[in-house]
Amino acid sequence: MNKIFLPVLLALTLSACGTTPDTQATIEDRTGATATTPAGSAAGAGSTGLDGSGVAGSALPGESSAGDPRKDPASPLSKRSVFFDFDSYVVKPEYSPMLEAHAGYLQSKRDARIILQGSADERGSREYNLALGQKRAEAVRRALAVLGVSDSQMEAISFGEEKPRSEASTEEAYAENRRTDVVYGDE
Amino acid sequence: MVNLFINQAFPIEIPNFMLRAFLLFPLLCLTLLSTSFSARAAMEIQVIGGAASKIAVAWVPFQAVPGQPEPTLTAIAGDDLDRSGQFRRVDVSGMLQPVAPAQVDYGVWRGKGADAVVIGHVAALPGGRFEVRFYLLDVIKQTQLAAFSYTISAAQWRATAHQIADIVYEKLTGIPGAFSSRIAYVQKQGKRFELRVADADGQNPRTVVRSDEPVISPRFSPDGARLAYVSFEDKKPVVYVQSLRDGRRSKVAAFKGSNSAPAWAPDGRRLAVVLTRDQASQIYLINADGSGLTRLTRGGNLDTEPVFSPDGKTLFFTSDRGGSAQIYRVATSGGEPRRVTFSGSYNVSPAISPDGRNLTYISREDGRFSVALHELASGQTRVLTDTARDESPSFAPNGQAVLYATVQGGRGILGTVSLDGKTRTRLSEPGVDAREPAWGP
Repeated sequence: MNKIFLPVLLALTLSACGTTPDTQATIEDRTGATATTPAGSAAGAGSTGLDGSGVAGSALPGESSAGDPRKDPASPLSKRSVFFDFDSYVVKPEYSPMLEAHAGYLQSKRDARIILQGSADERGSREYNLALGQKRAEAVRRALAVLGVSDSQMEAISFGEEKPRSEASTEEAYAENRRTDVVYGDE
Repeated sequence: MVNLFINQAFPIEIPNFMLRAFLLFPLLCLTLLSTSFSARAAMEIQVIGGAASKIAVAWVPFQAVPGQPEPTLTAIAGDDLDRSGQFRRVDVSGMLQPVAPAQVDYGVWRGKGADAVVIGHVAALPGGRFEVRFYLLDVIKQTQLAAFSYTISAAQWRATAHQIADIVYEKLTGIPGAFSSRIAYVQKQGKRFELRVADADGQNPRTVVRSDEPVISPRFSPDGARLAYVSFEDKKPVVYVQSLRDGRRSKVAAFKGSNSAPAWAPDGRRLAVVLTRDQASQIYLINADGSGLTRLTRGGNLDTEPVFSPDGKTLFFTSDRGGSAQIYRVATSGGEPRRVTFSGSYNVSPAISPDGRNLTYISREDGRFSVALHELASGQTRVLTDTARDESPSFAPNGQAVLYATVQGGRGILGTVSLDGKTRTRLSEPGVDAREPAWGP
């Protein structure tokens, strides 16, 4: 397993270095955050196309994000949602890089925990949709287990149709709500 | 002061202290709850349709006293009977208003087309209490069907009117009334959720849970004293049981994964719940205090929405084990589940009638989700509603109507429908999204 993940993580680190503008370093110092890795990706979401220091500074969520690859938009670890087709509970191949990255991260940080939050669109019974959302969360949990993530690091739960990302009653909204989100315990 | 009339022809053997205790109990619960949660505007009811032939009742306004609560007892009880769709009101304007049976001229009421007449009076008692007497008279047979007296406080006014409606309904149809029962539902206003308990007519709402996170699937315990429900306040679904007497609550199922779909066993000691601790959504039995967990369904399929048969021997539930969402039954002692619904590709949310004969559920046809009624002995099924987004059906305690949630004008409202589908009511409150109703005792 590690053979697969090491290059992934290395690639992440390198790409994060490459895309971090020099200005970010100063901002990081001002907030008192201590960079623990040379990745310099502390600016996270703030580093994408923003060159005003005030704007980038406000995007820092806190000290813990300093050097956190999960916050780097260039990293597959920043991708947190797996979307499903209608009436489907199969994780599509396009999510493999994302899930492999999370599996690698979880295996490198044994104290890290994730909650897999499944969701369903609003049509039909709330309890049945809760169970459908659970199926989507379980599908992602199984995919991560196959990639070597320990069961003790994962909990699959469902929000059913109760916490929609889009509240509209359209096909687009339904598609957006058929998903599983990966949420870390320390976030 | 005489508090109970014993009619010679039709003796009614309910001692007054029992009657009083029965009236006091739910009111006491609500009073206790209202100390921490204030009441707000109640839902309004709209009645649509009705039975082809209706029983005609003349509600003679009871002799009133100054300072009695509003609206009148006859207005509240008459509205109750209207909602059943089985009654019509005889116009009593311009008529003499008898207050005692001896004053009733049956010929006049027969001439007005009345099958029955209700008369009575209210008297003021010291300490702000009232004495209410009422008589139900059969106009055709010219006999007295019921006579009752209540000594009540102003707070018991509506409950007394519902009791009168229950008695009139039972004497004239042979079926117990359900007007004194309560409903639970969840309302959403903005991002706030409230689990509420109200009278069956939507009045007297009390908030029992207030949360920024969703609440779903409330279910009354068989004695009506507790509510089981699913709350997301712990950032995942957890099953709670809450006392309606003192508001105390406990987590009954908070296992790893999701915990949902509580259903009370008829003895009120056990619940069926859906857990995902062993991965797929499966049905378990658990004691109401959270002890004694046993797994009932097995396999990698999705099993949810369990509901007990009235004898407690069978569980009905929804499963995708056959490739589509269908309703199954399984013995609560275990064994192989058997399929109950066969037509269509989506039949969910089963509820069983108090006599165990009928199943109601939500059925999807051509993209429309409607309330269906399924007679278990014959397998005969019919759709009761013409709305497209129905959810969460439950039977009235007397089995004569189904309460459900639907959507009207983009907003969640509650509705009831009679078993013949001919009478419907809509309960809604402006600006409020109501959902997840459950009809309780």
